[in-house]
Amino acid sequence: MLSIKNLHASIEGTPILRGINLEVKAGEVHAIMGPNGSGKSTLASVLAGREEYEVTEGEVSFNGKDLLDYSPEDRAREGVFLAFQYPVEIPGVSSTNFLRTAVNQVREYRGLEPLDAVKFLTLMKEKMKLVEIDQKLLSRSLNEGFSGGEKKRNEIFQMAMLEPKLSILDETDSGLDIDALKIVSNGVNQLKSKDNATIVVTHYQRLLDYIVPDYVHVLYKGRIVKSGTKELALELEEKGYDWIKEAVDSEATV
Amino acid sequence: MSTLVKQDNIGDLVNQPVNGFDSLRSIAKNSFNEQGLPRLKSEEYKFTAITKKIEASISNFSQASAVEVSMESVNSATFSGFEGAKLVFSNGVFQPRLSDEIEGVAISLLSANESIPLGSIAKPEKDPFAALNQASFQDGVSIVIPKKTKLAQPILLLFLNSISEGQIVQPRIWIEGGDFAEATFIEQTVNLTETSLFVNKVVEIKGGINSHLHYYRIQNEGKNYIEASNIETDIQKDSTFSTVLISLSGDMIRNNLSLNILGSNSEGNMYGLYLLNGKSHVDNHTNVDHTVAHAESNELYKGILADQSRGVFNGKIFVRQDAQKTNAFQQNNNILLSEDAVINTKPQLEIWADDVKCSHGCTTGQLDEEALFYLQARGIGKTQAKGLLLYAFAGEVLEHIGDEAFKTYCTKLVEERLGAKF
Repeated sequence: MLSIKNLHASIEGTPILRGINLEVKAGEVHAIMGPNGSGKSTLASVLAGREEYEVTEGEVSFNGKDLLDYSPEDRAREGVFLAFQYPVEIPGVSSTNFLRTAVNQVREYRGLEPLDAVKFLTLMKEKMKLVEIDQKLLSRSLNEGFSGGEKKRNEIFQMAMLEPKLSILDETDSGLDIDALKIVSNGVNQLKSKDNATIVVTHYQRLLDYIVPDYVHVLYKGRIVKSGTKELALELEEKGYDWIKEAVDSEATV
Repeated sequence: MSTLVKQDNIGDLVNQPVNGFDSLRSIAKNSFNEQGLPRLKSEEYKFTAITKKIEASISNFSQASAVEVSMESVNSATFSGFEGAKLVFSNGVFQPRLSDEIEGVAISLLSANESIPLGSIAKPEKDPFAALNQASFQDGVSIVIPKKTKLAQPILLLFLNSISEGQIVQPRIWIEGGDFAEATFIEQTVNLTETSLFVNKVVEIKGGINSHLHYYRIQNEGKNYIEASNIETDIQKDSTFSTVLISLSGDMIRNNLSLNILGSNSEGNMYGLYLLNGKSHVDNHTNVDHTVAHAESNELYKGILADQSRGVFNGKIFVRQDAQKTNAFQQNNNILLSEDAVINTKPQLEIWADDVKCSHGCTTGQLDEEALFYLQARGIGKTQAKGLLLYAFAGEVLEHIGDEAFKTYCTKLVEERLGAKF
């Protein structure tokens, strides 16, 4: 589904990603872990099309298409979804109107009829249950005055509404207490299928107790320096990142 | 169309013979001569070179006379959905023949009632254009809403301008709302010709005790339209006065708005939205004067400026020594969409009372790129995402328009502008 080859990206001339290679197939869950500043969030942002980052080398193919050629909105319409680490508060834009616009623009791109108000509301009610989100929240302006947990739940709710093929969860666990973490993870797990894939970007192993990955990759200094299965995450939890850093840094000096 | 004697200078208008209100005109003439026309060195006009603009654009410094207007033009000019009574002006002069009568409301030509104390609210010494208008306006209207009269429908002040060469138009309006009166006014201008014109308007609104008056305006004018307006109101106790102004286009527009809070337990609200592009220049000078205790004022002006447009906001709040327990809030927020767009914003608070709640704030920024990316990342196209964000910004002002038909009309124009242009 997703094939990243030798991806290099920089921001304002500073290289952040220095040759990422990653293959993600339908039905898989990949976890990207790594110390702070290793480039995890940059990878998520580059895949979603954030303009501040300049891709200097490499390619990203998504279902056979050159993803880097697409605008952020077209990537979303093609089925890439980024759950933001810091969801943006947008006063004056109602959550419901925003979602209806988004859902219908995505449907239009995919050659589907727009949903009328009744069908949209039915779909919304159905998906709301997944993340146990309160209708009252959705009658407010988008994310405005939401707690951290409410914002993250709203991200997963939007994901449920847009039915992406590839979901990228950027530090979705940050700032969540254990109850909220369970609700969010439960939502993500229910949305998993053999046809879609998930990339979980996280610093901590905690989230991976709930969203169990098929593969775990460690990102350090803009490269994937170690890949493994979920046991690797447990090892990282136990030993921290220093042993990986040391291994990589000593190799570099040789 | 007949014109009066051709003039070389806008100031010469005060020397033209006009009928009625001799002594009030003479006072205004002296006041005008003392003040002179504002130049950039005048503190109040330092960002708006309106005199220069008038001198460069107007070829004949005399007033346009009223022209024949058909009922069809009146009807087609009226914004769609309007339900209420119309008062029609041709080139600034009130036209009773084309205007509706309103049951229980006394509407008359100003010339028919010389006892009206013109200039007692919008005092000529406070602004040179107010003085110029009072010295030389042709004929205006007096609208008196008697005590306890509540008008269910709004009154439309419809200004039709039809000019053959660059000229001057000077509407003059006197509104009196009696005690317990309630009314809504809507101002709309339609320019039937593309020719340059300078509109110099004065509206005085005298509210009674426990009166509730609303005054809504839209400025959606042509590229050659220049305006200076002075709108001033006296607010008595237990009353509310609210005004909303939507400015969309015009060459150069200066709006002076003044609220004098003269009675306690009263409320004055000023809302404005300026959505400018091209080379439009809109200057809003507002002034609220709290003279008594226990009153409230709310002010919110928002601007979106594209291309080489320019906005000016100057908001004065005076809280006099006796005006304890005053609540006065002011906010001015701007979004600049182009590097060539300019906003000059200045809050000006003078507070002599010690037990008050006053706040003010102004912000100027670009469109929030992070919010834009967030919307795009959900599949919303960039153009529409921008429109959505800008509309959300503008909507906060639109929602204060209390007349549904007018709100719908303004909303549609704002949406069109945001969708089409941005």
